[in-house]
Amino acid sequence: MKINKNIAISESGFVFDAGTGDTFSLNETGREILTQLKEGKTEAEIKKNITDKYDVPPGIYEHNFHDFENILRKYNLLE
Amino acid sequence: MKPKYTIAVTGLNNTDNPGPGVPVIRALREAKSFDVRIIGLAYENLEPGIYMDNVSDKVYQIPYPSSGKDIVLERIKYINSKENINVLIPNFDAELFTFMKAEKELADMGIATFLPTVKQFEERHKSVLSEYGEKYGLDIPKSKAITSLSDINRLSEDFEYPVLVKGKFYDAYIAYNPMQVTGYFNKISAQWGVPIIIQEFVKGTEVNVVALGDGKGNTIGAVPMRKQYITDKGKAWGGITLNDEKLIKITHDLIAKTEWRGGMELEIIKTSDNKYYVIEINPRIPAWVYLAVGAGQNLPEALINLALNKKVEPFKTYDFGKMFIRYSYDMIGDISQFEQISIKGEI
Repeated sequence: MKINKNIAISESGFVFDAGTGDTFSLNETGREILTQLKEGKTEAEIKKNITDKYDVPPGIYEHNFHDFENILRKYNLLE
Repeated sequence: MKPKYTIAVTGLNNTDNPGPGVPVIRALREAKSFDVRIIGLAYENLEPGIYMDNVSDKVYQIPYPSSGKDIVLERIKYINSKENINVLIPNFDAELFTFMKAEKELADMGIATFLPTVKQFEERHKSVLSEYGEKYGLDIPKSKAITSLSDINRLSEDFEYPVLVKGKFYDAYIAYNPMQVTGYFNKISAQWGVPIIIQEFVKGTEVNVVALGDGKGNTIGAVPMRKQYITDKGKAWGGITLNDEKLIKITHDLIAKTEWRGGMELEIIKTSDNKYYVIEINPRIPAWVYLAVGAGQNLPEALINLALNKKVEPFKTYDFGKMFIRYSYDMIGDISQFEQISIKGEI
């Protein structure tokens, strides 16, 4: 999964798509996942980082991650 | 030491349907390569730019182009005798033809312009935009010029509703049935005359590009923008610069093929499947040009230098993610100012 190269993510979780002018707000977890995707981390690496940091069972994480992926795809934030 | 130019600018109507005059003047006042004395040219005596501080050094009222070229030129000749104008920037679609036709007379007075040729101006009219698209390889929504109400009933042979109903210079409305087309036909034709242009409605996001061509096929600058906040007249009240290589390529290709001379605004619909449909080509600088200045391309400054035959290097970059937000502001004037522009025609 690759993030569109026009996407900028700020520390506050504000996302700007410079190709379309669209803007979005992310919560803390969303910001961490999107930032790691932008850094080129694999889905497995991100899963490990998030489940190590937060008290979340892997199954729940997977479910929420795929929901998040669908949202990213819906808003054309993925390549 | 920088040279100082006297530049005459129209379009001081900084209303909710703004002319480009005031933002063009702001850009010129920020020019790095010259200083300016600005002569505002106003058609109406309540154009806000007449009364705004630090906009015009002097304002003259001028007759509408519909009075005839000679009458307009007579007035310009008088103003030039007082002000010694170096460059004139007309900013309205409806006046461009008059000034293009008067290019030689203006040059004889020592006034430079940098306008499209009559051919460039005529072939991009809304009424012939489909042919323009075929000629220059642009995707254009299907459109048709109509001149009478009786044409409306036959529109369903060529179009599916909704359609856009557009004036030849200004105004555009979405119509969902023939009755609405009739209403908009009457409304627009009463103000701007015929033809009225019927255009296929393409669903997507409207994006615009401001650009400047040097008349030899080179793009001096181009900045794309998406409107973020649109007024009920369809005008941008806020916008943001975009990083969209396809928009820049469309602009460069068009300017190269047409050898466009002067300012230009492309209005484009980007669909969800990433197709770009050109819906209008405005043959002048748009009212949101100051966003381009804020993003690093002072296109009005470059236009003046081109008009004066100075060498101008094309802009290579601009900042994306730059925004503009318009605002309204109540100025306090005095009846004596209104009297001066109304009675003397200058202030």
